[in-house]
Amino acid sequence: MAERVLMKGNEAIAEAAIRAGCRHYFGYPITPQTEIAAYMAKKMPKIGGVFLQAESEIASINMVYGAAATGMRVMTSSSSPGISLKAEGLSYIAGSDVPALVVNVQRGGPGLGGIQPSQSDYFQATKGGGHGDYRMIVLAPASVQEMASLTIKGFNLADKYLMTSMILADGTIGQMMEPISFEDAEIEVYEKPWALTGTNCERKHNVVNSLYLKPDELEIKNLERYKRYELVEQNEAMWEEYMMEDAEYCVVAFGIASRVAKNAVAAARKEGIKVGLIRPITLWPFPVKPLAAAADKVKAFISVELNMGQMIEDVRLATQCKKPVSLCSRCGGMIPSPDEVLEAIRKAQKGAF
Amino acid sequence: MLHKRLTLFAGHYGSGKTNIAVNYALMLAKEGKKVCIGDLDIVNPYFRTKDSAAQLEAAGVDLISPQYANSNVDLPALPAEAYRLVQDKTCYAVADIGGDDRGAYALGRYVPTILEEQNYCMVFVANFCRPLTRTPEEALEVMREIELACGLPFTHIVNNTNLGPETSAQTLLDSMENAKALSKLSGLPILFHSAEARVAEELAGKLETVFPLQLQDKYFDIPEI
Repeated sequence: MAERVLMKGNEAIAEAAIRAGCRHYFGYPITPQTEIAAYMAKKMPKIGGVFLQAESEIASINMVYGAAATGMRVMTSSSSPGISLKAEGLSYIAGSDVPALVVNVQRGGPGLGGIQPSQSDYFQATKGGGHGDYRMIVLAPASVQEMASLTIKGFNLADKYLMTSMILADGTIGQMMEPISFEDAEIEVYEKPWALTGTNCERKHNVVNSLYLKPDELEIKNLERYKRYELVEQNEAMWEEYMMEDAEYCVVAFGIASRVAKNAVAAARKEGIKVGLIRPITLWPFPVKPLAAAADKVKAFISVELNMGQMIEDVRLATQCKKPVSLCSRCGGMIPSPDEVLEAIRKAQKGAF
Repeated sequence: MLHKRLTLFAGHYGSGKTNIAVNYALMLAKEGKKVCIGDLDIVNPYFRTKDSAAQLEAAGVDLISPQYANSNVDLPALPAEAYRLVQDKTCYAVADIGGDDRGAYALGRYVPTILEEQNYCMVFVANFCRPLTRTPEEALEVMREIELACGLPFTHIVNNTNLGPETSAQTLLDSMENAKALSKLSGLPILFHSAEARVAEELAGKLETVFPLQLQDKYFDIPEI
């Protein structure tokens, strides 16, 4: 077994990014993700990388855009209000089809909200956030170990599909400390013939751009992009199933909420309630397949979230509203307790929503 | 253990400073001393001395904490009453300093008073399972950065090597070599080794001076199944 180290979730992202070959970090500090920047500031100069604290979130995302255009592995990180500021840049990066990794360690909102954990940027991450037709691959870690492994995965997927991978974490997983190990990072290498690396006067120059003056050209670009998104939907959905074999009720939860939910599922099983859990690991693409299959088996779904009910819409879509879906949630920085989730499971069993 | 009037715990982020400071203050109180503990962390708004407020109060320990600690206000400001730590000489004081050099800057303003009194113990908390302090050399670098930031030289080392819930007696035994090397490199004695109570128990007889810790409860202590 690889050596164990005790890491904070945020630090695990930073170390994993470095191991994935990222040598360019641009950011602007915000709680609760500051450890990512602090770790990068310490380590990047020692390994010949760049750590740059920009003058703002907007500057930092455009630095990411620039570095991404050269084909280098590049990242930024922020928390909810900071991601809103980066939205324009995210749209430009999507419109230019360059790969990047963006981390959102969510806090309570809207507005300045608070600094406690939240999952209320689900819509923003999975449905856009910036303007225009575009998608991001959204990865939702539920442990410090996954903060590391999904960061590496995120870089690989970004390069493979020429799009942004977003790590959608929350203040709890960012701050919690757990022992983890870094297995040898599986770094996938993709040719980047489109990258701005200098022509050496030996080839035609490349252009990275999101501006199209002719609408028919822009339409073709968008259609091509959505063909790629289709491939992502077909191939890259990730999820975990827990006690689903004989389940009559299905809890759906991601990130920190899934850890609470898992404990509640285990407790409900002790009471004889046949309940299981589906944990989406990718939020986009959403794991439609296991949910659609569950919809033909279970009696009801319970969506556990740290928001007013956002993922629940995707659960209803994936299950085509075949079975009722109830919401068990807290917001504003609060986390439901395993008991609260257990109560929601009991209610579902009684047919009360 | 012979105690100085003021004991300060500083070190790398997540090395265990707060847990040790809280347990150290509780131990002093148990010995019948008048104790106050001060949270001087201006860097991290989470995992604060204040998380143990009820326990400290029950033990009669006076807690000095930033006004906005554990609220949604991320305001790095220290209260005026923090001066009591260095000025009230009737009281044994324990100070929980923020992580790294960033966290230690705030200590600087109290240092002239501390040096004038000359009755302090400045402790470097080391965890060799943390990624940026894996070796004695890396730990020494952090020590020096902290000293530069606050202007107060360390006097002791505490070896708090742990892997969180995976910590075993062996984890600490394996760290002995690093701890001794850091002691040699810095010329500072090891005040004690520390570990969660159940691990400390296992180490009885195998290791001298293991300080047992009752760890703070965290709101997200949700076991991963």
